[in-house]
Amino acid sequence: MAAISMKNIVKLYGDGFPAVNEVSLDVRDGEFMILVGPSGCGKSTLLRMIVGLEDITSGEMRIGERVVNKIAPRARNLSMVFQNYALYPHLTVFENIAFPLRLAKVPGDEVQRRVTETAELLELTEHLERKPAHLSGGQRQRVAMGRAIVRQADAFLFDEPLSNLDAKLRGQMRTEISRLQRRLGVTTVYVTHDQTEAMTLGDRVAVLRRGVLQQVGSPRELYEEPVNLFVAGFIGSPSMNFLPASVDRSADGASLHTPLGRFELRDPRKAAAIGEREVVLVGIRPEHFEDALLVGEEKRLRGSIVQARVDVTEWLGNELYAYVPYEAPPDVAAQLRDLSRELDSDQLRTQAVVALDAGSLITAGHDADLWIDTSRIHIFDPATGTNLTRDEERVAELSRVAEQSRDAQRRAQREAPDPAA
Amino acid sequence: MESTRSKWLWIAASALILVWTVFPILWIVMLSFKRPGEIGNQKGFLPHAWTFENYRTVFRTDLFTAALVNSIGISLIATFVGVVFATLVAYAIARLEFPGKKAILSFALAIAMFPVVSLVGPLFNLWRDIGLYDTWPGLIIPYISFALPLAIWTLSAFFREIPWEMEQAAQVDGATTWQAFRKVIVPLAAPGVFTAAILTFFFCWNDFVFGISLTSTDNARPVPAALAFFTGESQFEQPTTAICAAAVVVTVPVVVIVLLFQRRIVAGLTSGAVKG
Repeated sequence: MAAISMKNIVKLYGDGFPAVNEVSLDVRDGEFMILVGPSGCGKSTLLRMIVGLEDITSGEMRIGERVVNKIAPRARNLSMVFQNYALYPHLTVFENIAFPLRLAKVPGDEVQRRVTETAELLELTEHLERKPAHLSGGQRQRVAMGRAIVRQADAFLFDEPLSNLDAKLRGQMRTEISRLQRRLGVTTVYVTHDQTEAMTLGDRVAVLRRGVLQQVGSPRELYEEPVNLFVAGFIGSPSMNFLPASVDRSADGASLHTPLGRFELRDPRKAAAIGEREVVLVGIRPEHFEDALLVGEEKRLRGSIVQARVDVTEWLGNELYAYVPYEAPPDVAAQLRDLSRELDSDQLRTQAVVALDAGSLITAGHDADLWIDTSRIHIFDPATGTNLTRDEERVAELSRVAEQSRDAQRRAQREAPDPAA
Repeated sequence: MESTRSKWLWIAASALILVWTVFPILWIVMLSFKRPGEIGNQKGFLPHAWTFENYRTVFRTDLFTAALVNSIGISLIATFVGVVFATLVAYAIARLEFPGKKAILSFALAIAMFPVVSLVGPLFNLWRDIGLYDTWPGLIIPYISFALPLAIWTLSAFFREIPWEMEQAAQVDGATTWQAFRKVIVPLAAPGVFTAAILTFFFCWNDFVFGISLTSTDNARPVPAALAFFTGESQFEQPTTAICAAAVVVTVPVVVIVLLFQRRIVAGLTSGAVKG
């Protein structure tokens, strides 16, 4: 086990395109780190640089105490699960899992013992003599994991390991990976573009955009206190709504004119954060809207009510999505479109997605009163995309909470018997 | 209706091609079972009296048995060495980036296009000067060089099919490049290696031009060349039937090899390596 530390890592491709640009990231010993971002953001490249399959153009990569920039993959003592599993089709499941041990010239009975244990852990025992071609997707996935955990590697690296599985299996394997990682307590770097995986698996999540690291933090920090438009839009599904707003200042704060209507910004800290800006982008998560009819008196006072025409509704049983199209100034609309394209969603029109209580009777084609929880909104600088209302105190508190829960998990894992040791 | 009609068309066409290709072989087989005197005197496709006399004659002749040993030895050695070379070269071409890669491929292709006959004269002189004339290596060397291009092209196509991840996985698992090549890539490319080996073997086995020009005695003369020197048992009869018997004998190994390995050749071993 070892910490992985990256300092100003750069990867330039032949044509001078920086796939990874000045990334500095510390993965602590035993930590589960997620690398996430839209396709082409450099997350897989970064992972492959850790494992040694890509050269590092500049910067310093350390695993434990060792600088590994020039060390061959085989000497880095890391194990990796590939997106397409990369099982050896000519070998049985047993020999696939035993492969790293055979290369390390581990004695035969030791190999037998460790492979059997690993197979038990992953429930592969009855498949040991079969070839990968005869296994189902989930079984192949488990063989790939078995090959990774069978030797005492310093860290596990996962490159979108679940993307080839169907939704149900993906859920199962996700829990499985999480359980396994906590149990073995091995430093793990996990690349994904899946929201749920990013939010549920990681101790911390690193968001990348065009090769540049945007934010590193606990899933909750990224969700509640994103540093910029990109992170805010990327984390969460459906993603955060961004409304252009012009600012009206008054004695006790500010009010914001948005295409959905006008509302007060009562929090003086947030009002102050706007500074001298005339126009800002307001970020509201879909779940911070509610059908005004279903909001109690006390809660109603915490927010504001706007009236908007609902275009389409989607009733999902546990909640109701309503789509509210709005007009935005052309420059802002273009900026939002660029952002949504970058987030792989490619939204054609400017619309707000609101998630309402499933009991709401709002129907498409009618005007509806929507309550907005204004205490939860974020305000972004339209030019730079920076989050102006990020609450540093809350960030510190969230990371303290995350730290505590991580410690608790590690303690629990240390006390539990470890069958793979 | 359409499908049954096209099915019958296919069957008819296949039958036609089958007859076209099998008929000469059958003819030779029939001739090899005829008595030497029958040809030119009695008409008919089937032998009037079946006889194994020709086969006995063939195997009693030193000329033929020595040539058979030469053919087998030379072909096997040339195939083995050629395939080992071709595997290494093809791997480099499929996997590594190095200057001159294109040049190697085009050179290989150029060699394959070269008319063999044009090289025989110079080789004849050269081999006599350096003492390779009428020896096994004297044939093995040109066979390897002419079989290599085809083997390289076949094998590099196979290597390209193998997912890069296989090898990277092996490297991460702790394999050196050589170990990854030997334990992962070569087993996966086995069908390709077999294909290349069989093609090379056939090339060597069937060659006539080199065989007749670069040998003069039983030391190294292979079967196809030896057939031309066949005189038969009696100098008063044409040795046609004996030559046919010899031809059948040299065709048999080829057929056996194809039947044995055809499953290996077509087997797609890579299935199951990746998601599926």
